[in-house]
Amino acid sequence: MKLSDQDRKLLNKIQKNFPLHPEPFKLLAEELAISEQEILLRLQELESQQAISRFGAVFNHHRVGSSTLAALAVPEQEIEEVAAFVNTFVEVNHNYQREHDYNLWFVVNATDQSGVERVLDKIAAKFDYPLLNLPMVKGYHIDLGFPLW
Amino acid sequence: MVVDPFDHRLRRALQEGLPLVSKPYAYLAEQLGVTEQEVIAKIEEFTQQGLIKRFGMVLRHHELGYSANCMVVWDIPDMEIETIAQLLSDEACVTLCYQRPRRQGWPYNLFCMIHGKGRDLVEQQLKELIERHQLSYPHQLLFSSKRFKQRGARYV
Repeated sequence: MKLSDQDRKLLNKIQKNFPLHPEPFKLLAEELAISEQEILLRLQELESQQAISRFGAVFNHHRVGSSTLAALAVPEQEIEEVAAFVNTFVEVNHNYQREHDYNLWFVVNATDQSGVERVLDKIAAKFDYPLLNLPMVKGYHIDLGFPLW
Repeated sequence: MVVDPFDHRLRRALQEGLPLVSKPYAYLAEQLGVTEQEVIAKIEEFTQQGLIKRFGMVLRHHELGYSANCMVVWDIPDMEIETIAQLLSDEACVTLCYQRPRRQGWPYNLFCMIHGKGRDLVEQQLKELIERHQLSYPHQLLFSSKRFKQRGARYV
């Protein structure tokens, strides 16, 4: 995906504090001196290419539910199978393979602590591999968007 | 906790995502059977309450060309963790920074995420950052090699 300077300018502007105005894109168009149509078409294109995951809200995990970062140490040849099982849970929203003995890292979100534990218990019952459960103790810099350069 | 049905449905809509149309709040209002002003006022309220951390476009780094994603984990003395976490958070290349508990066989208590256009660049940025701040703490780099799932969290 090739980003133009204009794309970067636009995307850096709209990851947080998105205008709460009846016609927000018109407002942005005035600020960026491009047309509202151009902005909408470009954003729709970025969304269809999955560069934009969604236009919406990121909620505060602590305030709306419970979440944890978990890791499993899985034999390399089984990682696809284990990852597929982990993905079946709607509570899991991020799931990555990483270069480490603990090689499968995933985030579990639920409305409460017992919901998180239920998912981890089911995974642990199915696959008997070392499991880390690392709930956040304190967030210093949390999902404030991502400056593009 | 009693949740107002409108609050609940709006939260769900905001976590699922709004359409990229000229009047997104009016669209949402019609779906929910309320006025555009009510939608806007409620999003403002959620934001002021700290329930919404951020409202806007949620991006996927990989698709935007930032293909390297490295989780750096550090073993920082408890007394120093606030200082070091703050210092890492202020770095432009650090997108997330959290304290997490140590576990048996897992001594790392501070996590930060660095995204970059390539593995070499991320390694170089980290090296430069470590030298500049003289961070002589044990740490490991966990580059991601495959993404199995990435989307927003769903609570309601």
